[in-house]
Amino acid sequence: MRDVSFGSYYPAKSFVHNMDARAKILISIAFIVAVFLVRSFHFLGFAACAFFVVLSAVTARIPFFKVIKSIRTILFFIVLSAVLQVLFNKNGTPLWEGGFITDIGLINAGFIVARITLVVTGASLLTFTTTPVELADGIESLLTPLKLIKLPVHEFALIMSIALRFIPTLIDETDRIIKAQKARGADFESGNIFKRLKALIPVLIPLLISSFRRADELADAMDARCYAGSKNRTKYKKMKLSYRDIIGFIVIAGLITGVVFLNKFYIVLAVGV
Amino acid sequence: MALLEVQNVSYSYEKNKPVLKNVSFRVEEGEHVAVIGHNGSGKSTLAKLLNALLIPASGTVTVDGFSSADKKSLFEIRKRVGLVFQNPDNQLVASIVEDDVAFGPENIGVKREEIKERIDFALSAVGMQDFLKASPMRLSGGQKQRIAIAGVLALKPKILVLDESTAMLDPAGRAEIAEVVKTLKKDGVTVISVTHYMDEAMTADRIFVLSKGEIIKTGSPKEVFSDRETLKAAELCVPLATSIADKLKENGVDVRGDVFTAEDLGAALCV
Repeated sequence: MRDVSFGSYYPAKSFVHNMDARAKILISIAFIVAVFLVRSFHFLGFAACAFFVVLSAVTARIPFFKVIKSIRTILFFIVLSAVLQVLFNKNGTPLWEGGFITDIGLINAGFIVARITLVVTGASLLTFTTTPVELADGIESLLTPLKLIKLPVHEFALIMSIALRFIPTLIDETDRIIKAQKARGADFESGNIFKRLKALIPVLIPLLISSFRRADELADAMDARCYAGSKNRTKYKKMKLSYRDIIGFIVIAGLITGVVFLNKFYIVLAVGV
Repeated sequence: MALLEVQNVSYSYEKNKPVLKNVSFRVEEGEHVAVIGHNGSGKSTLAKLLNALLIPASGTVTVDGFSSADKKSLFEIRKRVGLVFQNPDNQLVASIVEDDVAFGPENIGVKREEIKERIDFALSAVGMQDFLKASPMRLSGGQKQRIAIAGVLALKPKILVLDESTAMLDPAGRAEIAEVVKTLKKDGVTVISVTHYMDEAMTADRIFVLSKGEIIKTGSPKEVFSDRETLKAAELCVPLATSIADKLKENGVDVRGDVFTAEDLGAALCV
């Protein structure tokens, strides 16, 4: 359990891994916008977005099956939305006489599947190539302007990075408690779901108590190291945009322009028809 | 004036249950002092009073001329007195070694270039310079504790207080920390080790014996460990080598002189 890697960071040395976390976050957001800009009935736009995902995965040296696997967790959600579209869409012509499944329903289902798949795979590339710490730092840096309206950005970022830091520690601890309770005869494997959930109570309570104790000690340790909030605090880590990030911005700008252009192109075509 | 002066300090968490009673002592610059005592003797409370994590109910703690009773000198005291706790896991704030060591200097507003220097200084002081980019989760207990010490050293404290910092470590980890303490002493850092390992206390210049909130004995390791009655009153045992020598004497082996360390024992037996 010790070496458990939370999140889905995929360690590799690549162009994308070396990009600034802030740039990657912004590009990911822009990519999601691009996907939603694609008008319905226009698969070419989706093809452009898919090409962007493939291009990114290749430059990030992420094996393609990894990217595909990232959909697995929300597969149920994708299938459900598609089925709902197919079953309840009333527009368009029914596929057969008196049938309730219409051609537009099917096409819409296709769009939804394409949209969700693209958004999830695109976002997964961000977490594949950026460590949680880098992400937290990047978010802090991007949120810095909010300090102007008195939002506690520094505290928020610190909470995030401490939470990340303690995930493996708490997983270790859970493991230990489960072993200790098993040694005293606790049974976590048999019985129905309610019995099993109930069996977890003797794990959760010690875990909760020990987390509070840890928090207390951590607070003392932080105090002892002169922590006094963001006032007069300096920052050791410096984030720097490089040529890589500029290239990334150019590519995503190209994608958005392309999608918008394809949308227009379609309208012209439609009018032409 | 001594670097650290504790005068008539009392402290209690609950009313009428004093944890420390009228404790006074001085520590000079460059000294290595060990505070030993049984569980509940008030050792950890004393440690927290030294860097103003706790403020004495009565009496004063003065560090380098700054009194902990004065709120304005809080950070002056914490900069001078570095406190390292028992559990390394609960002291590290960052997921990367260099970020964790940088935490202290960042807090006191050190400039970026100097933080880099301080990280290098602190990590090489504990012999962990090769772990700059490592994740503390993957290190051993002793290594994690060395990182925790580095995190405190990055504030350049004059006094390092180790509050049972070896209690959760295996013998190898304890040896690592002992080695670090040795180096720091050479560099002139004042060290106060709060411990219940008698062998660790043996390496100090002076020992304070704490029992039920009072210092019942102060003296060199030899003086303290020769005074069996005080140790018994404080519910403490003697160093391992001493107890072996005692057992040997009981069984009629001729052990000459005082024995406190393994070296002493070897010398006493191999004449």
